Amino acid sequence: MADTITLEIARYSPERDPEPHFQSFQVPVHKEWVVLDALNHIKDTEDGSLSYRWSCRMGICGSCGMMVNGEPKLTCATFLSDYAKHGSKIRVEPLRYFPVVRDLVTELSEFLAKLKKVKPWLIHPNQPPLAQGEFLQTPAQVDRYKQYSMCINCTLCYAACPVVGLDPIFVGPAALALAQRYNMDSRDQGSDDRIAVLAHPDGIWGCTFVGECTRVCPKHVDPAGAIQQYKLTAVLEWIKSFVMPKGADAK
Amino acid sequence: MTTESTTRSYHYSEFHPRWYRPRVSVYWWLWQRHYLKFILREISSVFVAGFVVMTLFQLAALKGGPQAYADFVNSLASPIVIGLNVIAFLFVMFHTITWFNLAPSAMPVRLGGKRLPAFLVAAPSYVLWVAISVFVSWLILQ
Repeated sequence: MADTITLEIARYSPERDPEPHFQSFQVPVHKEWVVLDALNHIKDTEDGSLSYRWSCRMGICGSCGMMVNGEPKLTCATFLSDYAKHGSKIRVEPLRYFPVVRDLVTELSEFLAKLKKVKPWLIHPNQPPLAQGEFLQTPAQVDRYKQYSMCINCTLCYAACPVVGLDPIFVGPAALALAQRYNMDSRDQGSDDRIAVLAHPDGIWGCTFVGECTRVCPKHVDPAGAIQQYKLTAVLEWIKSFVMPKGADAK
Repeated sequence: MTTESTTRSYHYSEFHPRWYRPRVSVYWWLWQRHYLKFILREISSVFVAGFVVMTLFQLAALKGGPQAYADFVNSLASPIVIGLNVIAFLFVMFHTITWFNLAPSAMPVRLGGKRLPAFLVAAPSYVLWVAISVFVSWLILQ
């Protein structure tokens, strides 16, 4: 294994550059170093102006997502040694399909607006008083949505999804999976509130089942599965709206 | 905000950064093999439709009598049609296998509170496929 490896990092300064360019840095390869360690090393010793997001270093906060050799990755979990073995360079770019603020920092407000649109919280209009105690769930009820609740909003799935790139108003994998997380929660009664956003051409029907979101997800959330499952739910709800009109349903 | 700063707002300013918005290339599906596989899977439906249309023509020929059917079968014997059919067959196989493999993702089956492993959900489709193929082969070859 080589002692050093070349990192080609996308640099973009809104004050100076019309578009991003690459800058190369040599960094030492230590067995336990991840790409994020290399970026920190560069920032500490070579160029303090290098900008990127990071926080927890342990795959929980979801802020260090970047394109590593064209693949969306959490840089805190992407080891330099895996690339050094093959003697290859590492190309680090900001997450694809997002506007770039500076260097490796992407602009997330569009994503956050989409996230808010699907109401990813417990909706409980007939909430019993607190004195009645907590909501109880069986392990089987938790199991129905637990996988989708593991999402850390790292947006790797958005960078993997070509539909997000081609159709910027597509709600996108993480938000749709999170909506499904709450729909499947036995404590939630908000699925009727979410259906207008979800069962929409910019919602689940925008998804063409490329499946890349599921492949790149570092938390094994399977957004593609959640979306396809919701497609079936939406069709059943649509049929139900003919068979059982709202008035009869309310009784 | 002054008029000057308003007119300059498309340039960088402290509170209005000039973001770089990359455009998606028309050739995005060539970026990586997973995208290419997806596009091939989508294109494969054209060949599935092609086989359906051919079967309809075959039925029409069958209705037209023995001579019309013999003419239809003869028209399929040209090397170009055989070549096209081989390509279409490979695409239809690809279509079948990729969609069968995706089924467990779209249809989680739970048994006794636990989700069945993906291969067990996909398996019945393959078993049915083989069984129907064997039956059709038996019909043709007997």
